[in-house]
Amino acid sequence: MNELLGHFNYWIVIFLMMMGLYIVIASSNLIKKLIGLGVFQASVFILYITFGKIKDGSPPIITENVEIYSNPLPHVLILTAIVVGVATTSVGLALIVRIKEAYGSTDEDDIHDMDDNDDFDIKNRSIT
Amino acid sequence: MIENLHLLINVSLLAFLVLIVFAAINTNNLFVATMLFGIFSFVTALLFLDLDAVDVAFTEAAVGAGFTTVLMLSALRLTGAFENVKHRHSVLGLLIVVLTGAALIYGTADFPSMGDANAAVHLNLAPEFIQLTQEKIDIPNVVTAVLASFRGYDTFGETVVVFSAGVAVLLLLGMGHVEPKQEPEQNIVLWIVVKPFIALILIFGLYVQFHGDFGAGGGFQAGVIFASGFILYSLVFGESYARKVIPSSILPRFAALGVIIYGVTGLASLLGDKPFLDYNALSSNPVSGQHIGILLVEAGVGLAVFATVLLIFYSFSGVNHNE
Repeated sequence: MNELLGHFNYWIVIFLMMMGLYIVIASSNLIKKLIGLGVFQASVFILYITFGKIKDGSPPIITENVEIYSNPLPHVLILTAIVVGVATTSVGLALIVRIKEAYGSTDEDDIHDMDDNDDFDIKNRSIT
Repeated sequence: MIENLHLLINVSLLAFLVLIVFAAINTNNLFVATMLFGIFSFVTALLFLDLDAVDVAFTEAAVGAGFTTVLMLSALRLTGAFENVKHRHSVLGLLIVVLTGAALIYGTADFPSMGDANAAVHLNLAPEFIQLTQEKIDIPNVVTAVLASFRGYDTFGETVVVFSAGVAVLLLLGMGHVEPKQEPEQNIVLWIVVKPFIALILIFGLYVQFHGDFGAGGGFQAGVIFASGFILYSLVFGESYARKVIPSSILPRFAALGVIIYGVTGLASLLGDKPFLDYNALSSNPVSGQHIGILLVEAGVGLAVFATVLLIFYSFSGVNHNE
Protein backbone atom coordinates (compact mmCIF):
# COMPACT_ATOMS: atom_id res chain seq x y z
CA MET A 1 0.00 0.00 0.00
CA ASN A 2 2.78 2.43 0.94
CA GLU A 3 4.75 1.42 -2.13
CA LEU A 4 1.66 2.16 -4.22
CA LEU A 5 1.03 5.60 -2.70
CA GLY A 6 4.73 6.44 -2.78
CA HIS A 7 4.71 6.22 -6.58
CA PHE A 8 1.17 7.46 -7.18
CA ASN A 9 2.27 11.06 -7.85
CA TYR A 10 4.77 9.95 -10.50
CA TRP A 11 2.18 7.91 -12.36
CA ILE A 12 -0.34 10.73 -12.40
CA VAL A 13 2.38 13.15 -13.49
CA ILE A 14 3.25 10.89 -16.43
CA PHE A 15 -0.42 10.45 -17.26
CA LEU A 16 -0.94 14.24 -17.30
CA MET A 17 2.23 14.68 -19.34
CA MET A 18 1.01 12.21 -21.94
CA MET A 19 -2.43 13.84 -22.06
CA GLY A 20 -0.70 17.15 -22.74
CA LEU A 21 1.38 15.53 -25.46
CA TYR A 22 -1.75 13.99 -26.97
CA ILE A 23 -3.43 17.42 -27.15
CA VAL A 24 -0.36 18.76 -28.97
CA ILE A 25 -0.44 15.86 -31.46
CA ALA A 26 -4.17 15.43 -32.00
CA SER A 27 -5.47 19.00 -31.98
CA SER A 28 -5.00 21.03 -35.11
CA ASN A 29 -5.83 24.33 -33.44
CA LEU A 30 -2.70 26.25 -32.45
CA ILE A 31 -4.16 27.70 -29.24
CA LYS A 32 -5.30 24.25 -28.12
CA LYS A 33 -1.78 23.03 -28.79
CA LEU A 34 -0.43 25.74 -26.48
CA ILE A 35 -2.86 24.59 -23.77
CA GLY A 36 -1.51 21.05 -24.27
CA LEU A 37 2.05 22.33 -23.88
CA GLY A 38 0.94 24.14 -20.72
CA VAL A 39 -0.43 20.90 -19.27
CA PHE A 40 2.81 19.11 -20.19
CA GLN A 41 4.84 21.85 -18.52
CA ALA A 42 2.70 21.86 -15.36
CA SER A 43 3.14 18.10 -14.99
CA VAL A 44 6.93 18.57 -15.00
CA PHE A 45 6.50 21.18 -12.25
CA ILE A 46 4.49 18.69 -10.17
CA LEU A 47 7.21 16.05 -10.70
CA TYR A 48 9.93 18.37 -9.34
CA ILE A 49 7.87 19.50 -6.36
CA THR A 50 7.07 15.85 -5.55
CA PHE A 51 10.82 15.15 -5.45
CA GLY A 52 11.25 18.01 -2.98
CA LYS A 53 8.70 16.74 -0.45
CA ILE A 54 9.97 15.08 2.72
CA LYS A 55 7.63 13.12 4.96
CA ASP A 56 6.63 15.14 8.06
CA GLY A 57 8.55 18.09 6.61
CA SER A 58 7.63 21.77 6.79
CA PRO A 59 7.85 24.52 4.18
CA PRO A 60 11.49 25.69 3.95
CA ILE A 61 11.02 28.83 6.04
CA ILE A 62 13.19 28.70 9.15
CA THR A 63 10.98 28.51 12.24
CA GLU A 64 11.59 27.54 15.82
CA ASN A 65 10.73 23.99 16.88
CA VAL A 66 10.89 22.66 13.33
CA GLU A 67 13.41 19.95 12.58
CA ILE A 68 12.64 18.75 9.05
CA TYR A 69 12.32 21.12 6.10
CA SER A 70 11.30 20.04 2.63
CA ASN A 71 13.95 20.49 -0.04
CA PRO A 72 14.08 24.17 -1.12
CA LEU A 73 16.12 23.60 -4.29
CA PRO A 74 13.33 22.20 -6.55
CA HIS A 75 11.11 25.03 -5.28
CA VAL A 76 13.55 27.65 -6.53
CA LEU A 77 13.90 25.94 -9.92
CA ILE A 78 10.15 25.65 -10.44
CA LEU A 79 9.31 29.11 -9.12
CA THR A 80 11.43 30.74 -11.80
CA ALA A 81 10.34 28.16 -14.40
CA ILE A 82 6.69 29.18 -13.91
CA VAL A 83 7.46 32.84 -14.62
CA VAL A 84 9.64 31.99 -17.61
CA GLY A 85 6.87 29.61 -18.76
CA VAL A 86 4.27 32.37 -18.91
CA ALA A 87 6.74 34.62 -20.73
CA THR A 88 7.35 31.99 -23.43
CA THR A 89 3.61 31.22 -23.64
CA SER A 90 2.95 34.88 -24.36
CA VAL A 91 5.50 34.83 -27.18
CA GLY A 92 3.69 31.76 -28.58
CA LEU A 93 0.33 33.52 -28.37
CA ALA A 94 1.79 36.60 -30.09
CA LEU A 95 3.03 34.37 -32.94
CA ILE A 96 -0.44 32.81 -33.23
CA VAL A 97 -2.04 36.27 -33.43
CA ARG A 98 0.33 37.15 -36.29
CA ILE A 99 -0.41 33.85 -38.04
CA LYS A 100 -4.13 34.57 -37.74
CA GLU A 101 -3.58 38.00 -39.31
CA ALA A 102 -1.57 36.55 -42.20
CA TYR A 103 -3.64 33.43 -42.93
CA GLY A 104 -7.03 34.24 -41.42
CA SER A 105 -6.96 30.95 -39.53
CA THR A 106 -5.44 29.36 -36.45
CA ASP A 107 -6.00 25.83 -37.73
CA GLU A 108 -2.81 24.02 -38.62
CA ASP A 109 -4.41 21.93 -41.40
CA ASP A 110 -5.87 25.00 -43.10
CA ILE A 111 -2.53 26.77 -42.91
CA HIS A 112 -0.73 23.79 -44.47
CA ASP A 113 -3.33 23.67 -47.26
CA MET A 114 -2.75 27.33 -47.99
CA ASP A 115 1.01 26.87 -47.99
CA ASP A 116 0.76 23.92 -50.39
CA ASN A 117 -1.42 25.89 -52.77
CA ASP A 118 1.00 27.81 -55.01
CA ASP A 119 -1.66 30.29 -56.04
CA PHE A 120 -2.28 31.42 -52.47
CA ASP A 121 -1.40 35.07 -52.01
CA ILE A 122 -0.51 35.69 -48.39
CA LYS A 123 -1.11 39.45 -48.64
CA ASN A 124 -4.71 39.20 -49.83
CA ARG A 125 -5.52 35.98 -47.95
CA SER A 126 -7.05 34.59 -51.12
CA ILE A 127 -6.34 32.28 -54.02
CA THR A 128 -5.56 34.35 -57.11
CA MET B 1 -2.59 11.31 11.18
CA ILE B 2 -1.78 14.73 9.70
CA GLU B 3 0.49 13.07 7.18
CA ASN B 4 -2.39 10.82 6.07
CA LEU B 5 -4.58 13.86 5.61
CA HIS B 6 -1.89 15.44 3.42
CA LEU B 7 -1.79 12.28 1.37
CA LEU B 8 -5.57 12.25 0.98
CA ILE B 9 -5.58 15.88 -0.23
CA ASN B 10 -2.69 15.09 -2.55
CA VAL B 11 -4.50 12.13 -4.15
CA SER B 12 -7.81 13.94 -4.60
CA LEU B 13 -6.20 17.05 -6.11
CA LEU B 14 -4.32 14.89 -8.62
CA ALA B 15 -7.60 13.18 -9.52
CA PHE B 16 -9.13 16.64 -10.11
CA LEU B 17 -6.28 17.53 -12.44
CA VAL B 18 -6.87 14.42 -14.56
CA LEU B 19 -10.61 15.18 -14.81
CA ILE B 20 -9.94 18.79 -15.83
CA VAL B 21 -7.56 17.77 -18.60
CA PHE B 22 -10.06 15.19 -19.89
CA ALA B 23 -12.70 17.92 -20.06
CA ALA B 24 -10.26 20.23 -21.87
CA ILE B 25 -9.49 17.55 -24.48
CA ASN B 26 -13.18 16.98 -25.16
CA THR B 27 -14.30 20.55 -25.74
CA ASN B 28 -14.21 22.38 -29.06
CA ASN B 29 -14.84 25.73 -27.43
CA LEU B 30 -11.51 27.39 -26.76
CA PHE B 31 -13.01 29.76 -24.17
CA VAL B 32 -14.05 26.72 -22.16
CA ALA B 33 -10.63 25.12 -22.64
CA THR B 34 -8.91 28.31 -21.47
CA MET B 35 -11.04 28.58 -18.35
CA LEU B 36 -10.42 24.90 -17.61
CA PHE B 37 -6.71 25.57 -17.96
CA GLY B 38 -7.07 28.39 -15.43
CA ILE B 39 -8.78 26.01 -13.01
CA PHE B 40 -6.04 23.45 -13.73
CA SER B 41 -3.41 26.02 -12.68
CA PHE B 42 -5.31 26.86 -9.53
CA VAL B 43 -5.62 23.21 -8.48
CA THR B 44 -1.91 22.79 -9.22
CA ALA B 45 -1.23 25.71 -6.86
CA LEU B 46 -3.21 23.96 -4.11
CA LEU B 47 -1.23 20.79 -4.76
CA PHE B 48 2.06 22.71 -4.38
CA LEU B 49 0.79 24.10 -1.08
CA ASP B 50 0.06 20.56 0.09
CA LEU B 51 3.59 19.49 -0.92
CA ASP B 52 5.21 22.25 1.24
CA ALA B 53 6.17 24.43 -1.72
CA VAL B 54 4.52 27.65 -0.50
CA ASP B 55 6.53 30.01 -2.71
CA VAL B 56 5.79 27.94 -5.80
CA ALA B 57 2.09 27.77 -4.95
CA PHE B 58 2.05 31.55 -4.63
CA THR B 59 3.69 31.99 -8.02
CA GLU B 60 1.43 29.47 -9.74
CA ALA B 61 -1.71 31.11 -8.34
CA ALA B 62 -0.62 34.61 -9.41
CA VAL B 63 0.97 33.71 -12.74
CA GLY B 64 -0.70 30.52 -13.91
CA ALA B 65 -4.26 30.96 -12.71
CA GLY B 66 -4.30 34.76 -12.95
CA PHE B 67 -2.20 36.26 -15.68
CA THR B 68 -2.05 33.35 -18.15
CA THR B 69 -5.85 33.14 -18.23
CA VAL B 70 -6.23 36.88 -18.92
CA LEU B 71 -3.56 36.64 -21.59
CA MET B 72 -5.18 33.66 -23.34
CA LEU B 73 -8.59 35.35 -23.27
CA SER B 74 -7.04 38.47 -24.83
CA ALA B 75 -5.49 36.31 -27.54
CA LEU B 76 -8.81 34.50 -28.14
CA ARG B 77 -10.48 37.87 -28.71
CA LEU B 78 -8.13 38.30 -31.66
CA THR B 79 -8.15 34.77 -33.04
CA GLY B 80 -11.68 33.45 -32.50
CA ALA B 81 -13.00 31.09 -29.88
CA PHE B 82 -13.95 27.93 -31.78
CA GLU B 83 -11.82 25.04 -32.79
CA ASN B 84 -12.37 23.42 -36.15
CA VAL B 85 -14.97 20.69 -35.66
CA LYS B 86 -13.14 18.12 -37.79
CA HIS B 87 -11.24 17.06 -34.72
CA ARG B 88 -8.79 14.41 -35.82
CA HIS B 89 -8.60 11.50 -33.43
CA SER B 90 -5.10 10.50 -34.23
CA VAL B 91 -4.60 6.74 -33.76
CA LEU B 92 -0.89 7.06 -34.42
CA GLY B 93 -0.70 9.89 -31.88
CA LEU B 94 -2.49 7.81 -29.29
CA LEU B 95 -0.10 4.90 -29.94
CA ILE B 96 2.96 7.15 -29.52
CA VAL B 97 1.55 8.64 -26.33
CA VAL B 98 0.71 5.24 -24.80
CA LEU B 99 4.12 3.79 -25.67
CA THR B 100 6.02 6.81 -24.34
CA GLY B 101 3.90 6.79 -21.19
CA ALA B 102 4.49 3.09 -20.62
CA ALA B 103 8.25 3.55 -21.00
CA LEU B 104 8.23 6.47 -18.55
CA ILE B 105 6.15 4.55 -16.01
CA TYR B 106 8.61 1.66 -16.29
CA GLY B 107 11.32 4.22 -15.48
CA THR B 108 9.60 5.38 -12.29
CA ALA B 109 10.19 1.94 -10.72
CA ASP B 110 13.65 3.18 -9.74
CA PHE B 111 12.36 6.45 -8.27
CA PRO B 112 12.50 6.90 -4.51
CA SER B 113 9.15 6.64 -2.77
CA MET B 114 7.56 10.07 -2.22
CA GLY B 115 8.66 11.77 1.02
CA ASP B 116 11.66 9.49 1.54
CA ALA B 117 14.14 11.58 3.54
CA ASN B 118 17.06 9.44 2.37
CA ALA B 119 16.48 9.99 -1.34
CA ALA B 120 19.57 11.17 -3.22
CA VAL B 121 18.05 14.56 -3.93
CA HIS B 122 17.90 15.41 -0.21
CA LEU B 123 21.40 14.27 0.74
CA ASN B 124 23.54 16.80 -1.12
CA LEU B 125 23.27 20.57 -1.41
CA ALA B 126 19.85 21.03 0.20
CA PRO B 127 21.01 20.49 3.84
CA GLU B 128 23.95 22.80 3.13
CA PHE B 129 21.67 25.48 1.75
CA ILE B 130 19.40 25.28 4.79
CA GLN B 131 22.36 25.48 7.17
CA LEU B 132 24.26 28.20 5.30
CA THR B 133 21.10 30.30 5.03
CA GLN B 134 20.94 30.45 8.81
CA GLU B 135 24.67 31.09 9.25
CA LYS B 136 25.58 33.42 6.42
CA ILE B 137 22.40 35.10 5.24
CA ASP B 138 20.20 35.10 8.30
CA ILE B 139 16.78 35.36 6.66
CA PRO B 140 14.04 32.83 7.41
CA ASN B 141 12.94 32.03 3.86
CA VAL B 142 15.46 29.55 2.44
CA VAL B 143 13.85 29.69 -1.01
CA THR B 144 14.49 33.44 -1.26
CA ALA B 145 18.07 32.97 -0.04
CA VAL B 146 18.79 30.29 -2.65
CA LEU B 147 16.98 32.22 -5.38
CA ALA B 148 18.60 35.59 -4.84
CA SER B 149 21.96 34.74 -3.35
CA PHE B 150 23.25 31.16 -3.74
CA ARG B 151 21.80 30.72 -7.22
CA GLY B 152 21.79 34.41 -8.15
CA TYR B 153 23.29 33.64 -11.57
CA ASP B 154 20.31 31.49 -12.59
CA THR B 155 17.84 34.08 -11.42
CA PHE B 156 19.68 36.78 -13.36
CA GLY B 157 19.44 34.61 -16.47
CA GLU B 158 15.73 34.06 -15.89
CA THR B 159 15.08 37.77 -15.43
CA VAL B 160 16.81 38.37 -18.76
CA VAL B 161 14.65 35.65 -20.37
CA VAL B 162 11.47 37.33 -19.08
CA PHE B 163 12.72 40.67 -20.41
CA SER B 164 13.56 39.11 -23.80
CA ALA B 165 10.09 37.56 -24.00
CA GLY B 166 8.63 41.03 -23.44
CA VAL B 167 10.81 42.41 -26.24
CA ALA B 168 9.78 39.54 -28.53
CA VAL B 169 6.07 40.18 -27.96
CA LEU B 170 6.65 43.89 -28.56
CA LEU B 171 8.42 43.14 -31.85
CA LEU B 172 5.65 40.77 -32.97
CA LEU B 173 2.59 42.78 -31.99
CA GLY B 174 3.77 46.30 -31.21
CA MET B 175 2.19 48.32 -28.44
CA GLY B 176 -1.02 48.98 -30.37
CA HIS B 177 -3.03 52.07 -29.58
CA VAL B 178 -6.51 52.74 -28.30
CA GLU B 179 -9.09 55.35 -29.20
CA PRO B 180 -8.50 58.17 -26.70
CA LYS B 181 -12.11 59.34 -26.58
CA GLN B 182 -13.51 55.92 -25.74
CA GLU B 183 -15.73 56.37 -22.67
CA PRO B 184 -15.60 53.64 -20.03
CA GLU B 185 -18.71 51.57 -19.57
CA GLN B 186 -21.00 53.14 -16.98
CA ASN B 187 -21.18 50.41 -14.41
CA ILE B 188 -21.37 52.00 -10.97
CA VAL B 189 -21.38 48.71 -9.07
CA LEU B 190 -18.18 47.50 -10.72
CA TRP B 191 -16.49 50.87 -10.20
CA ILE B 192 -17.25 51.01 -6.51
CA VAL B 193 -16.32 47.38 -5.86
CA VAL B 194 -13.14 47.48 -7.90
CA LYS B 195 -11.62 50.77 -6.67
CA PRO B 196 -10.76 49.62 -3.12
CA PHE B 197 -9.76 46.24 -4.54
CA ILE B 198 -7.10 47.84 -6.72
CA ALA B 199 -5.65 49.69 -3.74
CA LEU B 200 -5.56 46.45 -1.74
CA ILE B 201 -3.93 44.54 -4.59
CA LEU B 202 -1.19 47.16 -4.98
CA ILE B 203 -0.49 47.25 -1.23
CA PHE B 204 -0.43 43.45 -1.16
CA GLY B 205 2.01 43.49 -4.09
CA LEU B 206 4.38 45.74 -2.15
CA TYR B 207 4.00 43.57 0.95
CA VAL B 208 4.88 40.44 -1.03
CA GLN B 209 7.86 42.27 -2.54
CA PHE B 210 9.41 43.36 0.75
CA HIS B 211 8.26 40.49 2.96
CA GLY B 212 9.76 37.87 0.63
CA ASP B 213 12.77 37.44 2.92
CA PHE B 214 10.61 36.39 5.85
CA GLY B 215 7.70 34.47 4.35
CA ALA B 216 6.45 33.21 1.02
CA GLY B 217 6.87 35.81 -1.68
CA GLY B 218 9.48 37.77 -3.58
CA GLY B 219 10.06 39.78 -6.71
CA PHE B 220 8.55 37.34 -9.23
CA GLN B 221 5.23 37.07 -7.41
CA ALA B 222 5.11 40.74 -6.42
CA GLY B 223 5.71 41.89 -10.00
CA VAL B 224 2.77 39.88 -11.30
CA ILE B 225 0.45 40.91 -8.44
CA PHE B 226 1.32 44.59 -8.89
CA ALA B 227 0.69 44.33 -12.62
CA SER B 228 -2.62 42.55 -12.06
CA GLY B 229 -3.85 45.62 -10.14
CA PHE B 230 -3.35 47.73 -13.27
CA ILE B 231 -4.79 44.98 -15.50
CA LEU B 232 -7.95 45.03 -13.35
CA TYR B 233 -8.10 48.82 -13.71
CA SER B 234 -7.75 48.48 -17.45
CA LEU B 235 -10.48 45.80 -17.69
CA VAL B 236 -13.02 47.84 -15.70
CA PHE B 237 -12.29 51.45 -16.64
CA GLY B 238 -11.08 50.91 -20.17
CA GLU B 239 -7.71 50.64 -21.82
CA SER B 240 -7.33 54.35 -22.62
CA TYR B 241 -7.61 55.33 -18.95
CA ALA B 242 -5.11 52.69 -17.89
CA ARG B 243 -2.66 54.02 -20.46
CA LYS B 244 -2.98 57.47 -18.93
CA VAL B 245 -2.00 56.08 -15.52
CA ILE B 246 0.96 54.12 -16.87
CA PRO B 247 1.88 55.20 -20.41
CA SER B 248 2.84 52.29 -22.65
CA SER B 249 6.08 53.94 -23.74
CA ILE B 250 7.50 53.86 -20.21
CA LEU B 251 7.09 50.09 -19.70
CA PRO B 252 9.97 48.80 -21.85
CA ARG B 253 12.23 51.26 -19.98
CA PHE B 254 11.03 49.96 -16.62
CA ALA B 255 11.66 46.38 -17.73
CA ALA B 256 15.19 47.24 -18.87
CA LEU B 257 15.78 49.20 -15.65
CA GLY B 258 14.86 46.12 -13.59
CA VAL B 259 17.42 43.97 -15.42
CA ILE B 260 20.01 46.76 -15.07
CA ILE B 261 19.43 47.04 -11.29
CA TYR B 262 20.12 43.31 -10.98
CA GLY B 263 23.22 43.47 -13.18
CA VAL B 264 24.65 46.57 -11.50
CA THR B 265 24.27 44.91 -8.09
CA GLY B 266 26.42 42.08 -9.45
CA LEU B 267 28.98 44.53 -10.82
CA ALA B 268 29.11 46.38 -7.49
CA SER B 269 30.40 43.22 -5.82
CA LEU B 270 33.11 42.98 -8.50
CA LEU B 271 34.29 46.43 -7.42
CA GLY B 272 34.66 45.10 -3.86
CA ASP B 273 37.11 42.43 -5.13
CA LYS B 274 34.54 39.65 -4.79
CA PRO B 275 32.98 37.38 -7.46
CA PHE B 276 29.99 38.58 -9.51
CA LEU B 277 26.82 38.69 -7.37
CA ASP B 278 28.68 37.99 -4.11
CA TYR B 279 26.81 40.40 -1.84
CA ASN B 280 29.31 40.14 1.02
CA ALA B 281 31.14 42.98 -0.72
CA LEU B 282 28.23 45.39 -0.39
CA SER B 283 28.74 46.15 3.29
CA SER B 284 31.48 45.83 5.89
CA ASN B 285 29.30 43.28 7.67
CA PRO B 286 28.88 40.26 5.34
CA VAL B 287 25.40 39.41 6.67
CA SER B 288 23.96 42.89 6.17
CA GLY B 289 25.72 42.92 2.76
CA GLN B 290 23.65 39.84 1.90
CA HIS B 291 20.49 41.60 3.08
CA ILE B 292 21.20 44.66 0.92
CA GLY B 293 22.05 42.49 -2.08
CA ILE B 294 18.90 40.39 -1.81
CA LEU B 295 16.74 43.51 -1.41
CA LEU B 296 18.28 45.09 -4.52
CA VAL B 297 18.07 42.07 -6.82
CA GLU B 298 14.51 41.30 -5.67
CA ALA B 299 13.62 44.91 -6.47
CA GLY B 300 15.18 44.47 -9.91
CA VAL B 301 13.28 41.23 -10.51
CA GLY B 302 10.02 42.78 -9.29
CA LEU B 303 10.35 45.82 -11.55
CA ALA B 304 11.34 43.76 -14.60
CA VAL B 305 8.50 41.24 -14.13
CA PHE B 306 5.92 43.96 -13.41
CA ALA B 307 6.82 45.99 -16.49
CA THR B 308 7.07 42.94 -18.77
CA VAL B 309 3.73 41.50 -17.67
CA LEU B 310 1.91 44.81 -18.12
CA LEU B 311 3.66 45.40 -21.44
CA ILE B 312 2.53 41.99 -22.72
CA PHE B 313 -1.03 42.73 -21.59
CA TYR B 314 -1.03 46.11 -23.38
CA SER B 315 0.35 44.47 -26.52
CA PHE B 316 -2.45 41.93 -26.65
CA SER B 317 -5.32 44.14 -25.60
CA GLY B 318 -4.45 47.14 -27.75
CA VAL B 319 -3.50 45.29 -30.89
CA ASN B 320 -4.96 46.84 -34.05
CA HIS B 321 -1.96 47.52 -36.23
CA ASN B 322 -3.15 45.37 -39.11
CA GLU B 323 -5.42 47.95 -40.70
